[in-house]
Amino acid sequence: MPETVNAFLAEYGELLLEGTGSTIVMVLVPTAISYVIGLALGVVLYLTAPGSLRPMPALSAALGWVVNILRSFPFIVLMVFIIPFTRLVMGTGSGILGTIPPLVLSASPFIARMVEQSLAEVPRESVEAVEACGASIPRIVFSALLPEALPSIVRGVAVVLISVLGYTAMAGAIGAGGLGDIAVRYGYYRRVEEVMWVAVIILIVIVQVIQSVCDLAARRVDHRGQAAVTAAGRRAKADRDLIKR
Amino acid sequence: MIQIQHLTKTYGTTLDAPHALEDVTIDVADGDIMGIIGMSGAGKSTLVRCINLLERPTAGKIVVDGQDVTGLSGAALRSYRRRVAMIFQSFGLLAQKTVLANVCFPFLAATGKVTAENRERALELLDMVGLREKANSYPSQLSGGQQQRVAIARALACDPEYILCDEATSALDPASTNTILKLLRDINRSTGVTVIVITHSMGVVEKICKNVVVLEHGRVVEQGSVADVFADPKSQAAKVLLERVEWDA
Repeated sequence: MPETVNAFLAEYGELLLEGTGSTIVMVLVPTAISYVIGLALGVVLYLTAPGSLRPMPALSAALGWVVNILRSFPFIVLMVFIIPFTRLVMGTGSGILGTIPPLVLSASPFIARMVEQSLAEVPRESVEAVEACGASIPRIVFSALLPEALPSIVRGVAVVLISVLGYTAMAGAIGAGGLGDIAVRYGYYRRVEEVMWVAVIILIVIVQVIQSVCDLAARRVDHRGQAAVTAAGRRAKADRDLIKR
Repeated sequence: MIQIQHLTKTYGTTLDAPHALEDVTIDVADGDIMGIIGMSGAGKSTLVRCINLLERPTAGKIVVDGQDVTGLSGAALRSYRRRVAMIFQSFGLLAQKTVLANVCFPFLAATGKVTAENRERALELLDMVGLREKANSYPSQLSGGQQQRVAIARALACDPEYILCDEATSALDPASTNTILKLLRDINRSTGVTVIVITHSMGVVEKICKNVVVLEHGRVVEQGSVADVFADPKSQAAKVLLERVEWDA
């Protein structure tokens, strides 16, 4: 048995290691860039919504449109569709560098919606109380809204990272490599199923790590007490169930 | 002095949109504790939220010390809001900030920073509401009554001339309600701050208010001193609120 493992590692170890590295880079770098854009966009979506702190129906509708259009593209289609743009900004349309623009363009609107929703969960009276103190809108956003929404935003990070991880599986189409690409190439084209299995297991481990780290971080930054947190979670779930029906 | 003049608020833009408030005129004298009472949906919350312009009136004016504040915006609106503090039914505290940071928030809102003197003042206010030892706790670790006392300390941080209470005791048990009402009365006596209390409970009005306005369907149907209105309620709404009618009639 150990000989089989050693033989496997000798043949595919480096490939899998490199693939894991590529996947991690393709997840972390675009997500970090996307959060800069997505946070700003999410705050603007929240503030300009009807009945919010600075309602601007035209801007809100226009941004909503852009966000929805970008979110309508299946990632693999978006990636191919914008290759000319990717070449323009990155100097290349392929490889890991070539995945950054489409991943950012996919993840930013997604993050914007998650952030908007996290902000909307902040109790109305808390926001009004701060407004009634005579706080300016930037003060409300930076000193009240974002800190109050932080645990929810951190939970959103896990969802976003895991989605981006899913997108990177398609990056093989433009030669960027990564675990998803390895799983497809070896599992589907070459029929070396062990490699596919190991790639899938590594992906599962990465997802578990992302979720656990984000859950832990969210609990660390949340001061609402367990009762309030579970109540909020239950409400959110009840709402989702209602919408599904 | 706050003068509410011919205030009208409608939601929606159609001509027959329902009136939340219709031609409401009330004078609130400095140092008064004024009760605004009515059933659910009578428009009392809308009224109090128009006073600090959390809602914009459709027509009419809010005049404070002779100045029309109805059209204020930007920095002028923010500085007006510092003169008019507000406390809410579900307290409106920031759950992710400590009690002390919550009480210090008005300083942050006013100046962009919290100084050592600000913190000192916040601790004095917490002392006054009996919660100094909870300064480093989070709101979730406090009872409802305690959270409302924190909200009162926060309201007092910017030395307001007026305090608006929007159903401030409706979520509290009778003992906590009494504590909050005593606190409001004592603050009114010691600082002369004018208090406007929105409630559907005549008990609250009876305990602390000097004058009372009865709202029904967005209109003022009765106003006067608490003694007069209680002795001889004229409007049907006041009679119902005072339980002077047969409950199953």
